[in-house]
Amino acid sequence: MSDEEDDIILSELDDEELVAQMMDDLYDGLKEEIEEGTNILLERGWQPYDVLTKALVAGMTIVGHDFRDGILFVPEVLLAANAMKAGMAILKPLLAETGAPTIGKMVIGTVKGDIHDIGKNLVGMMMEGAGFEVVDIGINNPVENYLGKAAEEKADIIGMSALLTTTMPYMKIVIDEMVAQGIRDDYIVLVGGAPLNEEFGKSIGADAYCRDAAVAVETAKELMARKHNRAHAG
Amino acid sequence: MSLSDEALREEGLAADGNGRVLVIGCGALAREILAIRSTSGLDHVDVTCLPAILHNRPERIAPALEATINACRGRYETIFVAYADCGSGGAIAKICAKHGVEMLDGPHCYSFFEGTAAFSARDEVTAFYLTDFLARQFDAFVTRPLGLDRHPELRDAYFGNYEKLVYLAQTDDPHLDAKARAAAKKLGLAYERRETGYGDLAPAITAL
Repeated sequence: MSDEEDDIILSELDDEELVAQMMDDLYDGLKEEIEEGTNILLERGWQPYDVLTKALVAGMTIVGHDFRDGILFVPEVLLAANAMKAGMAILKPLLAETGAPTIGKMVIGTVKGDIHDIGKNLVGMMMEGAGFEVVDIGINNPVENYLGKAAEEKADIIGMSALLTTTMPYMKIVIDEMVAQGIRDDYIVLVGGAPLNEEFGKSIGADAYCRDAAVAVETAKELMARKHNRAHAG
Repeated sequence: MSLSDEALREEGLAADGNGRVLVIGCGALAREILAIRSTSGLDHVDVTCLPAILHNRPERIAPALEATINACRGRYETIFVAYADCGSGGAIAKICAKHGVEMLDGPHCYSFFEGTAAFSARDEVTAFYLTDFLARQFDAFVTRPLGLDRHPELRDAYFGNYEKLVYLAQTDDPHLDAKARAAAKKLGLAYERRETGYGDLAPAITAL
């Protein structure tokens, strides 16, 4: 059978088949197919929020699980993320118009001395997909950047990322400064990055270490829920 | 055992000789350690190396190191670890402390080749480094593991925030200079060659 005969025409699939196909395409990092699928679902009257959560986020969650389990590796995850990003670029302006639910606001950045942002970008994207408002302050951030932006944006969460064992201790400097300024409890502090672990997160006084983007989303949701409960109880 | 780069990368180097001192190093340093031993006439020093590819999986270095220390310590008076922290987050230092052996200072080989004090003073956060070994093995350590051979479009996702590739040259080899320059071009980075020689590695080994 020729490749041409094998080609799947996305517009000929019903909704359920199309969503399943989009999840496959996301897994394979097929950016153009994701853009096409996103547009088809919107044309069929899907709400942007449903396209985001039921097709893109659901697909990326599978990618995340397979990365965690050693089935997929960084290059494949990056390709999938690029495909998801393309779909999100279509949905983002529509989500803003339709007033999709916002769970909380996160300021996220890579710490001072570190210019690696793949993990940070993935977390930011998945947090957005889960309904968080994400303010990305980029790479090589001194403590003032985190605290200044968090105050300015009235953020709920500060997220710090590092890839290097030489830069991850800077996270403690940020948290210590929060303590010194008496604002530590104003924010949920999440940390992540390849060389970190649970023990390190605890030792520097973070609220949680997040081993991957999916864990970051789940942890952020859980800690936001606790924060709301405390606020209501208070 | 062969001294091919492929063997050093995947298998490391088995200890040779009947010395009273053992250096356990990274396969990426094997040639340099052997050269220092040879030029300094350190016949009492044996050298063994772990596979250099552990550079890409630093969490695996400390356990492999400990296994080698345990396997060899009965045969030697002194063991020296020719690793710096190398992305292990202190795990190598912990193993060395546990077994009472010395190791190299500094965060990684880029640092001790240049001299840890000088390297630290530069504070080059946007530099990507190669050594002689890594220049020769660029595809095995960078191109293929990052999938750039299959997906060159991912280059900027990995290296977009870097500005230059610095080749820390242990030897004066125009062929390696050309390879490192080609690597910089491939990554879209400016190129700088910096002659370091063996840096802090030489006095550490000759002191044994």
